[in-house]
Amino acid sequence: MSTTAAHAAVLPIGNRFRRSPGWWAMVWIIATEAALFAYLLFSYYYLASQFRGPWPPDGFESFTLSAPMTAILFASSGVMWWAERGIKKGNQMQLRIGLLITFLMGLAFAILEGIEWSQKSFTPASHAYGALFFTVTGFHLTHVTVGLTMNLVVQIWAWMGTFTEERHLAVTNAALYWHFVDTVWAFVFFSFYIAPRIG
Amino acid sequence: MATVTVDTAPIERLKETWEGKGGLWGWLTTVDHKKIGKLYLATSVVFLLIGGVEAGIMRAQLAWSNLRILSPGVYDQLFSLHGMTMIFWYASPILSGFSNYIWPLLIGSRDMAYPRANALSYWLFLMSGVFLYTSPFLGQAPNAGWFAYVPFTLKPFNPGLNMDFYALGLLFLTVSATVGSIVFIGTIMKMRATGMTLTRLPIFMYGTMTASFANLFALPALTTALVFLYFERTFHMPFYAVGGGGRPLLWQHLFWMFAHPWVYIIVLPAMGIVSEVIPVFSRRPLVGYPIVAMSTVATGIIGFGVWLHHMFATGLPNLSLAFFSGASTLIVIPSGIAVFSWIATMWTGRPVFKTAMLFAAGFVALFVLGGVSGVVTAMVAYDWQVTDSYFVVAHLHYVLIGINVFGVMTGFYYWFPKMTGRLLNETLGKLNFWVMFIGVNVAFFPMHITGILGMERRIYTYPAGLGWSVPNLITTIGAYIFAAGFFLFLVNVWYSLRAGEVAGPNPWDAGTLEWSVPSPAPAYNFAVLPTVRSGYPLWEGRLLRRGRPPAAAPSPALARTPDAVGARAPDMAPDGSLVFRGPLLLDGKETFATSPLDAEPMSVLRMPEDSLLPLLLSLFMLAFFYGAVFKLWWLVAAGAGAMLLTIVAWTWPRSMEGGSVA
Repeated sequence: MSTTAAHAAVLPIGNRFRRSPGWWAMVWIIATEAALFAYLLFSYYYLASQFRGPWPPDGFESFTLSAPMTAILFASSGVMWWAERGIKKGNQMQLRIGLLITFLMGLAFAILEGIEWSQKSFTPASHAYGALFFTVTGFHLTHVTVGLTMNLVVQIWAWMGTFTEERHLAVTNAALYWHFVDTVWAFVFFSFYIAPRIG
Repeated sequence: MATVTVDTAPIERLKETWEGKGGLWGWLTTVDHKKIGKLYLATSVVFLLIGGVEAGIMRAQLAWSNLRILSPGVYDQLFSLHGMTMIFWYASPILSGFSNYIWPLLIGSRDMAYPRANALSYWLFLMSGVFLYTSPFLGQAPNAGWFAYVPFTLKPFNPGLNMDFYALGLLFLTVSATVGSIVFIGTIMKMRATGMTLTRLPIFMYGTMTASFANLFALPALTTALVFLYFERTFHMPFYAVGGGGRPLLWQHLFWMFAHPWVYIIVLPAMGIVSEVIPVFSRRPLVGYPIVAMSTVATGIIGFGVWLHHMFATGLPNLSLAFFSGASTLIVIPSGIAVFSWIATMWTGRPVFKTAMLFAAGFVALFVLGGVSGVVTAMVAYDWQVTDSYFVVAHLHYVLIGINVFGVMTGFYYWFPKMTGRLLNETLGKLNFWVMFIGVNVAFFPMHITGILGMERRIYTYPAGLGWSVPNLITTIGAYIFAAGFFLFLVNVWYSLRAGEVAGPNPWDAGTLEWSVPSPAPAYNFAVLPTVRSGYPLWEGRLLRRGRPPAAAPSPALARTPDAVGARAPDMAPDGSLVFRGPLLLDGKETFATSPLDAEPMSVLRMPEDSLLPLLLSLFMLAFFYGAVFKLWWLVAAGAGAMLLTIVAWTWPRSMEGGSVA
């Protein structure tokens, strides 16, 4: 009917833009997840401040694996940004390749983290530090896994040709989540690997 | 009543588009906020009744000294279940029920943002309740109170599954509350009627919005505490046990960082309900609307800075006690503003004491009483005398019954006609109010005295000769009077659903948008999407005549939407809100998405059809949590995998006009 046709001419249909309801949902999911890490790290600093003896009890964490891990993860955020920029310009290949590289870099981070875990001299049950180390890095790794899963699903859609220059909210949201996962790692990395050295 | 001349063809089409399936399948798959709201309300009332029965059994045990009706172990499980049920499975979800049913109607939208997530938050709530209530059937219900202090809750002291059910049950519920909060925030930001700026937003919206934001930032503290508890109990990871470098106080910090904001989460929406009802029955707008809105938000924010007042007796440094005592006292200011605003509204209005108004007035009275006993416990010296005594129990019941249950009753009497098309009976209603009001005071006022006489909370019996028996007997009698009062409410609902007076669209002559649509509200809510120019669109004409012009400016969006059906309401200002004229949007389940501040239309949303996925996802999560509590790791993995697949199916792009939406 003419009435609705008039609207369609003026207003876009659906979750098309940034700041659409779907985008805001991701923002608030990230906000509450960020709060979760804030409380986890509060617990870390609280128990560290109350701990008797050296912190960490088994000596400082090594940078051998953690430094390259961190570099890979931060760099992957740049690749994700490049991928999103691709679809904004309508470049399907840039999107697909970018997502694929991001996925592989995230996977590399997860594998290195697994190796790092297996080399620890303590277990989650050894002491409060061990419990915190495995819980907080474990929570982060879970978030990496969620981010990788999102990436995988979005990649399937990208190879199906679902996205267009104008409609690619899933890409935007997956990218936003991935940047969040990387930002949180900065706090986790600082708390476990750097703070004890300067504290 | 408005004489609405309508071409019925568009209405038929809207009906076809929006009405879901009937019957059981319709309820299981619904994404209609009105059905979800009713499910929320009904389920919460069931939990209220369960929690009430638990309280009734405890009051029998405590009625006199040296009674042995219950064993200490059973008593422990009863008071823990009672507290958890009331605080988590009744008090918050019932307010979500009201918000769900009323919000879109109040803000002139056809649905909530994210309707499927909205359904998900309900099913998760139900399933988490099913999970929690598996435990009493195994004889292993939580047994350490609703705040479950360590070290008693750790494995060596509490080896059963009791506290695993506590940790995982609450964790399950936090998922529901988080999803629900995101739905509410999305709705308030994006779904408001054209022109419903933040200064025209009903206070009820402010209440639930503040509670939802508080949820997003407070629930993760509980999540952290519960995950630590479960990990320590299951994998011996020393977060709380002193032996491995843990600290018992970590639990208390995390728990109260969450739980004090939670107190405001379960009262602010109820305060919002009362702020809607008092103006209607005082026949005037709310006095001091902007400062009430601001104090609502302020209460939510200050609520994050007072958690230590639950820990005054733990031996923390004096400086921090002084700071948190000061911060806690600060809450008086926004609370006082709300109370004075309600009183001023009644004082300067022409109060009509229908049952809804009686409950609202009772709410104010109990809020003042519960508030005063709260202010004194914010004083460190006084708190040391009464901490963990029945004085605190009296305070928290005054607050939670006063400003949650009475707010909920206000909401039921006020909105029941909108939900069902019939009014609740006034005679029964007034009886209902007076029995409950007398009951709550008879039950809980003497508890202040039992507390001052030194009776500690959570003891299952007490010796004779301490002077505790008589006040306890009075409390027990009061509790049963209160229960009888609530039973009258159930009778009233049962009676009025069948024989209640037919309500019509606006039985209270109220001023907000939900009263412009038929009762019960049709599936599509609004035949035409309204444009709003003031806080009380249906009162604009008479407010204008009284010399209170509503802010009226032609909207650019309105200029773009000339099409209309229907006519102007009889009592509306010439340049004011357009309630019965406006865009139809009927090419599918359509409604506007508007901008967060000015509420100008930004896009047309196509809302999803009914779906079984929310229920499926909740069932898989139930399996996941059963796996975790019984340590069946294969079930945990299977549950997680099934949840993942469901989410992928859920987010799979829907094809839309002009391309697919992803």
